[in-house]
Amino acid sequence: METVLFFVFGTFALGGALGVVLARNPVHSALFLVQTLVSIAVYFIVEEAELLAAVQVIVYAGAIVVLFLFVIMLIGVDRQEDLAQDPIPFQRPLAVALGVAAFVEILVLAGSTWATGEHTARGVPVRGGSFGNNVDRVARVLFTDFLWPFELTALLLVIAVVGGVALARRSRHRPPPTSVPADAPEEMTAR
Amino acid sequence: MSALGAGDPLFSNGIDTTVVLIVIGKTLVIFVMLLLAVMMYIWFLRKVIADMQNRVGPERAGPYGLLQSLADAVKLFFKEQSMPESADRWVFRLAPYMSALPAFLAFAIVPIGGAVTIAGHRTFLQLADFPIGILFLLAMSGLGLYGVMLAGWSSGSKYPLLGSVRASAQLLSYEAALGLSIVGVLLQTGGATSGGQAHPGTLSTRDIVSLQAWTGHWSGSPGNWPIVHWFVFPAIISFAIFLIAAVAETNHPPFDLVEAEQELVGGFHTEYTGIRFAIFYLAEFMNLITMSAIAVTLFLGGPAGPALPGLPRLGWFNAWIMPVFWFFLKLIVLLFCTVWVRATLPRLRYDQLMDLGWKYLIEIAFLWLMVSGTVRVARDQGWNLWIVTPLATLGAVLVYGVIYLAMPKRDELVEEIR
Repeated sequence: METVLFFVFGTFALGGALGVVLARNPVHSALFLVQTLVSIAVYFIVEEAELLAAVQVIVYAGAIVVLFLFVIMLIGVDRQEDLAQDPIPFQRPLAVALGVAAFVEILVLAGSTWATGEHTARGVPVRGGSFGNNVDRVARVLFTDFLWPFELTALLLVIAVVGGVALARRSRHRPPPTSVPADAPEEMTAR
Repeated sequence: MSALGAGDPLFSNGIDTTVVLIVIGKTLVIFVMLLLAVMMYIWFLRKVIADMQNRVGPERAGPYGLLQSLADAVKLFFKEQSMPESADRWVFRLAPYMSALPAFLAFAIVPIGGAVTIAGHRTFLQLADFPIGILFLLAMSGLGLYGVMLAGWSSGSKYPLLGSVRASAQLLSYEAALGLSIVGVLLQTGGATSGGQAHPGTLSTRDIVSLQAWTGHWSGSPGNWPIVHWFVFPAIISFAIFLIAAVAETNHPPFDLVEAEQELVGGFHTEYTGIRFAIFYLAEFMNLITMSAIAVTLFLGGPAGPALPGLPRLGWFNAWIMPVFWFFLKLIVLLFCTVWVRATLPRLRYDQLMDLGWKYLIEIAFLWLMVSGTVRVARDQGWNLWIVTPLATLGAVLVYGVIYLAMPKRDELVEEIR
């Protein structure tokens, strides 16, 4: 069962990932990205990390890619791009180099051991013990051992939001831009 | 995979052919039931609104016009399907299904009855009891957004695009309020309960329902009535926010700006005809029914209700029929409220919609979480609730006052845009 699911959704995930890169239309790329994200969520479920699966779909597929699409539609870049020339020089060689580096990193990590002596690719058992299911376990470590990093991350996100609003907000004294999209939501126009 | 069905005793003895058949059977029943429910709801809606406006409403097809929706559906099935020249063909075809599928799937977590025995297997009257439970609803409502968005974009014309941009902003905004109101319920699920024994909170819809279904007696003091354990009482503000956000999330009046016909023709589905339009229509009402069912599950005790006296408590009638009856009774009451709201309130303006979502619902939901969190801790620690509760409420009101004063007012914003 696990093997079948691995291959079926692995194909979906890889197909989606290729689609993201190869599709000419940014909206199609975003859709392929959703396909990849949902396939990986299925992997998480197979590995009994249900909370991660739910968060993956809610946050990535349900909010982040939606924002991508939102921006694509609002700014109107949804036409076919000319891919012949590189808008940022050295972007492609750099991307290939980083990709290879990440791949090597994963290979090395998969073959080594943690400081505790636990094999990295094995991980900790998700079920059993006194903690109950995956959700309970994550909740427990998140609000005990990792409370400090968790709160720091939250703070970082708040700072990012406040910074974004402060940068995007037009000053009262500067002249307004020439055109405002008629139907842009209020955050886009009013702040 | 066993993890997904963890709560249901159906899977505890391994999976054989009977178990698979039971699951397929449940899926089919829920599918057909949802389709029928949408048809009946549309009829109900038209009749009730007609009554409120002193009209007769549909009356030609079948007795009392009951078959009107069926007739409409048949008509839509046989209509020609058109596609605009400038449409993105692939996405245009995909969009209706992206809209309908999550609406169906989300209903899977709703418990519509208690535990029953089918062909020697004990099982819940519920398609799936995930450990992530209610998060599945949020995931599905997040995915449901794609249908609306892609439909508008792929039509390749202006009004649908405007409709879908509105839709995505609206759904994203209200999803935050929806999620926060659900947290208000989850806060009630944990902590010390009946036996004075602490247990962790839960996300599973089945557990949420059974926590509300404590047995009590109507004859005793109000504190012992079975109904007091419904989460609507400890989480009353969450309930209000959930209802508002759910209606906004499903694009129903008074939040139907996505398809405001005076401004946007038909909104995101302007270019859709025939069966594809029918699927959108179906998805929209199905979403409303699912959301109401979730509200019943989270706040109104789900299938909990008194068993029929005179019959054995665990007999087939009280195990099969009564919980389902109570569930649908509560569902119909909530659905009637949606029709009532639809007939009463005018549509919001876009800026009012955004104000309501960002400046009121989300803040109130957050502050309410703080208040009920404080009360929760106070109860677990044995502090005096009569002092803690008013203090916490007062603090929340003060904080909201500060936030409200800090918000830029409407005239300032208008001034700023000019």
